[in-house]
Amino acid sequence: MKQPLVRFTNVSFTYARAQGRGGWQALRDVNLEVFEHEFVAVLGRNGSGKSTLAKHVNALLTPTSGQVLVAGLDTSVPENVWEIRQKVGMVFQNPDNQLVATTVEEDVAFGPENLGIPPAEIQRRVTEALEAVGMLQYRLHPPHRLSGGQKQRVAIAGIVSMRPKCIVLDEPTAMLDPAGRREVMETIHRLNKEEGITVLHITHHMDEVIGADRVLVMDQGRIVLEGTPREVFSQGELLRELHLDVPQITDLAQRLASRGVSIPSGILTVNEMVMHLCPSD
Amino acid sequence: MRFRNLTIGQHIPGNSVVHRLDPRTKILGTTLLIVLLFAVNGFIGYGLVALAIAGVIHLAKLPWRYVIRGLRPLLVILLLTVGLNVFLTEGEVIFRLWFLTITREGLARGGMMGTRLVLLIVGTSLLTLTTSPIQLTDGIESLLNPFRRLGVPAHELAMMMTIALRFIPTLLEETEKIMKAQMARGADFQSGGLMQRAKSLIPLLVPLFVSAFRRADELAIAMEARGYRGGQGRTKFRELRFGRIDAVAIALLVTFTVVVGVFF
Repeated sequence: MKQPLVRFTNVSFTYARAQGRGGWQALRDVNLEVFEHEFVAVLGRNGSGKSTLAKHVNALLTPTSGQVLVAGLDTSVPENVWEIRQKVGMVFQNPDNQLVATTVEEDVAFGPENLGIPPAEIQRRVTEALEAVGMLQYRLHPPHRLSGGQKQRVAIAGIVSMRPKCIVLDEPTAMLDPAGRREVMETIHRLNKEEGITVLHITHHMDEVIGADRVLVMDQGRIVLEGTPREVFSQGELLRELHLDVPQITDLAQRLASRGVSIPSGILTVNEMVMHLCPSD
Repeated sequence: MRFRNLTIGQHIPGNSVVHRLDPRTKILGTTLLIVLLFAVNGFIGYGLVALAIAGVIHLAKLPWRYVIRGLRPLLVILLLTVGLNVFLTEGEVIFRLWFLTITREGLARGGMMGTRLVLLIVGTSLLTLTTSPIQLTDGIESLLNPFRRLGVPAHELAMMMTIALRFIPTLLEETEKIMKAQMARGADFQSGGLMQRAKSLIPLLVPLFVSAFRRADELAIAMEARGYRGGQGRTKFRELRFGRIDAVAIALLVTFTVVVGVFF
């Protein structure tokens, strides 16, 4: 059997609180496996533990109990940390607070510089990474002149230039407008398909989950639901209980089904809906 | 308030010989200029330095008016220096009006000080005008590197400069945003006495500081996630190359400094 790229075994994590008021338990006994080339989406409302989960994958946080293995390396062992961060890159929510340098290319070079890669090779990687996210023509721009979606793509390029096996995106679209969200989602999917980079995408936007291979739904520090997008969205009742909305079109399908229209419950796109309602076309 | 138009370092991009010099050469040249201006005593010396600076401006193809305009923010200091020297130096009186007296020595000293300041400001501005902030940072880091053993945090200083340059526009934009938000709720930043106005800045500065600290925290996490662990074992994307024109430039600069410094 294939070795998973990321493996969580009975992971719990408690945030330490000051003044001895007891900590906040953000992860409770999480078990998870992510395989290479997979696109895994993690859903959950605020405080469900999804960001904490993300920070465990590249050793920004280490489990209070349990074990996280990345490519066979234990994140709790301090000597492994740098190798793990080279294998797992992370993109954060606020595009402004993760760009370091004064020009786009300089920023994309930041990661490889940290890895001690020779300058000529860095040049090559910067060009490649900017090309992969479609930002090559902006290479000399200062970050503050870019739109939110462009900044976030530069942040992704900054990770791609480190040649990671896996990218963890912690709500990368939360602060973007719809156009920016679309840009970022297209970029992530392209990287996953064309470069074979494993993606762990954390979000609370239901429609960003549709293209994923697998969806995890988190609530109160636990993974409460797992499956393909279709399987997960067919659980409309449970999702509503967790204060998550299914995509509008899925919701419509479920409402129609409950009124006796013959239609499957796992409809994800408008196209599918059309196909089922008007099969002759 | 138009913060957006603010340019930092007033860098004028170009591809002249001066622009292409290694930033270290230019930093060294600027240092020599400062030393020279304090060593020279006499108008012939200043004239030669002025000629040299004019030569560099010409070589760099900088717009003269832009360079001269750089003096404007320092006009008050300039006038004050010249004025104090002219009026307060004792010696042979050549002009007297009520309590103001002008002496021959005063005029000479005022003129000297004025020339020195003007040359100092214009000369040093050439560094930032022809060198981008990134190159400047790289140059400073590289020049400080040998002093690391003495405990000079060369890489850290350069990193601080880079991050400061990166976040100045972001924080200015944020300031503008907060000001507008507070003004929409009736805040008044314009009127009142000095105390009143200082007080009115509190609702601006508090959120600005809170946000700056939050940004710093998030940036630190992002940097760590990208494998940052200080200067050790780090390579540079952009290498500084000390070429033949740099050698020529430095030879010329040193010769000029020694000759002018010693003889004038």
